[in-house]
Amino acid sequence: MTVKLGVPSKGRLMEKTFDWFAEHGITLTRTGSEREYAGAVEGIDGVSLVLLSASEIPRELANGRIHLGVTGTDLIRETLVQWDQKVEPLAELGFGHADLIVAVPSAWVDVDTLDDLDAAAAAFRAAHGQRLRIATKYHRLVRDYLRHGGVADYRLVDSQGATEGTVKNMTAEAIADITSTGETLRANHLKVLDEEPVLRSQATLFRARKACKNGPDRAVVERLIAQLGL
Amino acid sequence: MTHGPARDLAAQLTARFEAAGALPVDCAILQPAETLLDLYGEDIRARAYVTQDPARGERMLRPDFTVPVVERHMREGAEPARYTYSGEVFRRQEDHPERSPEYIQAGYEVFDGSDPARADAEVFALFSEVLSDYPLKPATGDIGILTAAVRSLRISDARKAALLRHIWRPRRFRALLDRFAGRTPPPPTRTALLKAADPMDAAGPLIGLRSEAEIRARIDALRADAAEPRLAAEEVQLIDTLLRVSETCPFALERLRDLSIDLSALGPAVETFARRCEALAARGIDVGTLPFEASYGRTSMEYYDGFVFGFSAPTRPDLPLVATGGRYDALTERLGGGASIPAVGGVIRPDLLVALGGRS
Repeated sequence: MTVKLGVPSKGRLMEKTFDWFAEHGITLTRTGSEREYAGAVEGIDGVSLVLLSASEIPRELANGRIHLGVTGTDLIRETLVQWDQKVEPLAELGFGHADLIVAVPSAWVDVDTLDDLDAAAAAFRAAHGQRLRIATKYHRLVRDYLRHGGVADYRLVDSQGATEGTVKNMTAEAIADITSTGETLRANHLKVLDEEPVLRSQATLFRARKACKNGPDRAVVERLIAQLGL
Repeated sequence: MTHGPARDLAAQLTARFEAAGALPVDCAILQPAETLLDLYGEDIRARAYVTQDPARGERMLRPDFTVPVVERHMREGAEPARYTYSGEVFRRQEDHPERSPEYIQAGYEVFDGSDPARADAEVFALFSEVLSDYPLKPATGDIGILTAAVRSLRISDARKAALLRHIWRPRRFRALLDRFAGRTPPPPTRTALLKAADPMDAAGPLIGLRSEAEIRARIDALRADAAEPRLAAEEVQLIDTLLRVSETCPFALERLRDLSIDLSALGPAVETFARRCEALAARGIDVGTLPFEASYGRTSMEYYDGFVFGFSAPTRPDLPLVATGGRYDALTERLGGGASIPAVGGVIRPDLLVALGGRS
């Protein structure tokens, strides 16, 4: 039995994760061809590398099919109900920073706060006979955030990509999405609300509570945590 | 999971409701999502199961019977009418995974505008009677008193509408009161906006469905609001006092009558409460010990806008409310496109009665 470490299978997130582990004396490498999702771990025994889509890592952690995993806080909180009972954050890795924010057209000079958004939504519904649409893929997080903020008369519409374009394309009036620099928002004539973001996310190493209960696995996980200096 | 014992108990309850004059009705489990989303807003998605039908569009597993029963009544009913029903309802339990997402409800609804106080009393008394063998504690309230109090404040109609819209969101309601009273300053972005000669000058390209006219209309509304005098501290105090009223019915009535000396428009709503107390007493309810809380029913997502009630199990604080009900005239108005039918009703959860271990 080995302890499985799930790491995003592609791009900068994978490279940065490899770098972070390397700094802590553990070498993660992809093996085989460029297209093969296989990997190797050096520097500690009993740990194997599992390369996965970042969006699948929360579910795999929750099911206990991997013991440890690196993914964004945003995906953990959106995907897992009662996330803190299923996974435990061990370390914030200091990259992959992104805020989940609500943005409206820059031309909405009258809307800067959630209070404004709520009032605009009420007027919009009265004028158009439909609720103000907010495009997002983070349905649970955004709904909770707007409920706590006391916003009514809106509805979420699903957008799995190019969300910043939905307002111009008339499929939504506002958006809720991940942003790091805000450039894409500005290019699409959108501005971020002057409020705390829905969530501040970064790449984080999580431990699966379910998978780390029994003897030998637990010992390996403890050893890895010690070696990482966490 | 088996509904067996709960289903048997539900059948006994609906038989009692039928004996009280109700017509048994049935409703589809798959309901059109649009009506329910329109009524409850996006929050319902967190509480109900929404599914997609390629031909019929979004459907929802019925989260309650009230809406389909009202629709049925509007389509084919004649007044006065009484209905009873029982069957599964489906609620997502993200915050309480230990609670069942599927359970039986048995309900009773009265559409009779001839004497609302008597209809309120009829429903409450019937529920008290069928639940009398269980160790339950009743609670009552009246959303109509709070809305009447808001309407009686010396503020603009726009401010009243904003408060009335958030009656069921106590935190937002409180934030609005504080802002109208000048207790919290307007956000800096608002102050800057109102100072600008033409706030739309630097607006940039306008995208999306919301038009420049709509944005300008809101700016005008903000200007009017900024020019409006503060809501008087005494009036905020009166609302606070009102919201804290939590007594037995006779004492609550006395307190509310005192308050209506200062908030004169409160009078009719308080007299509605008084007439309901009389009607309850006439039905054999011991009004002298019946609790009344002015803020009861505000945090539930329901659509009650007058009398509200609930029965809880004090010996089992882990259980949700065993029975709930109230008056929902505004709901029938929304569903009827302006044609309101006075309506009051409630539901019982037989599964919780079973969990209470039968009769005390």
